[in-house]
Amino acid sequence: MSTKLKKKVFQLLVDNNPGVLSRISGLFSRRGYNIESITAGVTADPRFTRITIVASGDDVILDQIEKQVRKLVDVRDIHELLPDDSVYRELAMVKVRAEADKRQSILATANIFRGNIVDVSPDSLIIEITGSQSKVDAFLKLLEGYEILELARTGIAGLGRGTDKVIYLDE
Amino acid sequence: MIGAEAIVKCLEKENTEVIFGYSGVAIDPFWNSILDTKIKTVLIRTEQNAAHCASGYARISGKVGVCAVTSGPGATNLITGIATAYADSIPMIAITGQVNSDMIGSDVFQEADITGAVESFVKYSYLIRNVDDIPRVFKEAFFIAGSGRKGPVLIDIPYDIQLAEMTTKFSYPESISMRSYKPTVKGNIVQIKKVIKEVEKAKRPIICVGGGVHLSGATNELVRFAELNDVPVVSTMMGIGVMPTEHPLYFGMVGNNGQPYANRAMNESDLLLMVGARVADRAVNRPDLITENKVMVHIDVDPAEIGKNVGPTIPLVGDIKHIFNDFLEQDDHADDHKDWIALLNSYKEDMASDRVPDYSIEAYVEPKDFISRLSRAMKDDAVYVADVGQNQIWSCAYHIVKNGRFLTSGGMGTMGYSIPAAMGAKLADNKKQVVAVIGDGAFQMSMMELATMRQYRIPVKIVVLKNGFLGMVREHQHYAYNDAYSMVELKGDPDLSLIAAAYGMEYVKVDGNSDLDGELEAFLKDDTSSLMEVRIDPMELTKF
Repeated sequence: MSTKLKKKVFQLLVDNNPGVLSRISGLFSRRGYNIESITAGVTADPRFTRITIVASGDDVILDQIEKQVRKLVDVRDIHELLPDDSVYRELAMVKVRAEADKRQSILATANIFRGNIVDVSPDSLIIEITGSQSKVDAFLKLLEGYEILELARTGIAGLGRGTDKVIYLDE
Repeated sequence: MIGAEAIVKCLEKENTEVIFGYSGVAIDPFWNSILDTKIKTVLIRTEQNAAHCASGYARISGKVGVCAVTSGPGATNLITGIATAYADSIPMIAITGQVNSDMIGSDVFQEADITGAVESFVKYSYLIRNVDDIPRVFKEAFFIAGSGRKGPVLIDIPYDIQLAEMTTKFSYPESISMRSYKPTVKGNIVQIKKVIKEVEKAKRPIICVGGGVHLSGATNELVRFAELNDVPVVSTMMGIGVMPTEHPLYFGMVGNNGQPYANRAMNESDLLLMVGARVADRAVNRPDLITENKVMVHIDVDPAEIGKNVGPTIPLVGDIKHIFNDFLEQDDHADDHKDWIALLNSYKEDMASDRVPDYSIEAYVEPKDFISRLSRAMKDDAVYVADVGQNQIWSCAYHIVKNGRFLTSGGMGTMGYSIPAAMGAKLADNKKQVVAVIGDGAFQMSMMELATMRQYRIPVKIVVLKNGFLGMVREHQHYAYNDAYSMVELKGDPDLSLIAAAYGMEYVKVDGNSDLDGELEAFLKDDTSSLMEVRIDPMELTKF
């Protein structure tokens, strides 16, 4: 079995019970699994929460992650979101130092990436950018020439394409 | 009906016979409501042992064991017992009292976040916030604890919820379906047929049984399958007793504390059926040896165990009893494996330890010989509970299971398990002879329960192997640190005859001069609680 580190994106549908997030994150920490990012939000039906976890590990670990998470009583479904069949998005907000002389070039860069300016102060800007992780990474790389004051990334949320794997929430 | 009465009603619906526990204000409404029922209560002497009692009870009765304690320190004291049950997949409900709902989170007296604290040792936990949820929560909890890979479930109930009046009429759900929890019971028929084909083909097949076979209640099916197909069997520590020790197809316990010939048998097989065993480090320290040059079939109810420590050729998920019944239906019976079994018997002969039965030190009893004699003196269907340490290793190797059971804390290795577990076992089946074998270290961790045995007249036989040391760790320090002993010598040990007298127990002491068989016969004769002190050499080792 391969020992190469890989990344996988898992999508979970869980019962919105108290402590469900801590049950999941606790499982990762006690078994020594790596979480790269985790996002959670209530679904259209408030009884359920959809969670997107990006995890890394070798094949055995990634297989165990899926099996151990599936065992948790609150977890209704876990499956891998394969890159080809899924859409991933991440949101990032970047606060950049932007005095008058640098502002135009920062705005131009943000424009190319379809970033939104959500806050302006005399010496800084907050840019909101949404996209795949690689797009966010590329944007941040371009900002390296400027001073990033603060950065907040949500981690990715994802959905599978089409209706094949949709879980219908009938009770 | 108030919450506490509803809890009791739920337990009645689940046919709970006995609850082990401890009191405290936060659980008092429950203990008050239980006065009106036929459910037996046992007040243990420290909370951890309530869980061990429930564990022993569950393992012998095949039902879900129940224990209940108060909030805060009561609940935290229970954790080791819950973790012990979790490691061995023992079905259990742990009920804990909690401070008033509106006080939770404000660090009031005897408040502990017990659902948070036990998170990694339970199959699931509940904190009840609404009194009307009680019937559903209990139905789910018993279902979760007793199905799939069994295990403990904790229910935390605030004081005010126990006292609150239900707003709906009590009704216990008849059946339950949880979309998020659906353990696989039936094995996949394609996989089952594949396994049967491999069994027919194999020249050197072997079955390794684990605790899952007991938990599934599948011992009869497994033994029948092995006999019909002439397949030898080895076991993990938790699988001891699936096959009688002296069954011609049984070749002992595997692992670093097991029989060398059992390991060799497993490693040299061409087909290995791993059944209800999780391939843990103490049983299989080199997983490559059990997959190389052979077909390995892993049968377990927990899909996460398959592939966790070893990648099988054929995975098979489901309940072992169901799967072996399907095997028996599909089975055309393989040819006999005379040559293979003859080979294993020759290994057994060559590799068995050459212990010296006539021990020359008069002050001491030779422990291996003693365990053999003890088990021969015991009834055929007796329950033998081994504690943890050297006594456990000797018990695994030399106790002869006939038609009874062998219990021990295998996964967690919790010292002090045997006495409370033996009490639970005795309450599960009072016709059975129950013997706990324990070292003097673990005895001092659990001897407070002699009072419980006396109070409820639970006649358990206790054998204390006394060497004044924490022997297993002393043995480790002998090898690892060249006899530089640190924190292993039990000085100031109590006079066990006085302890026994203090609790009104019969007592006998044996040493190298004793007529062991005669003393054992007298010790085991009556169904009373009694204590046997066995003096053993502090320098004795477990290695073969």
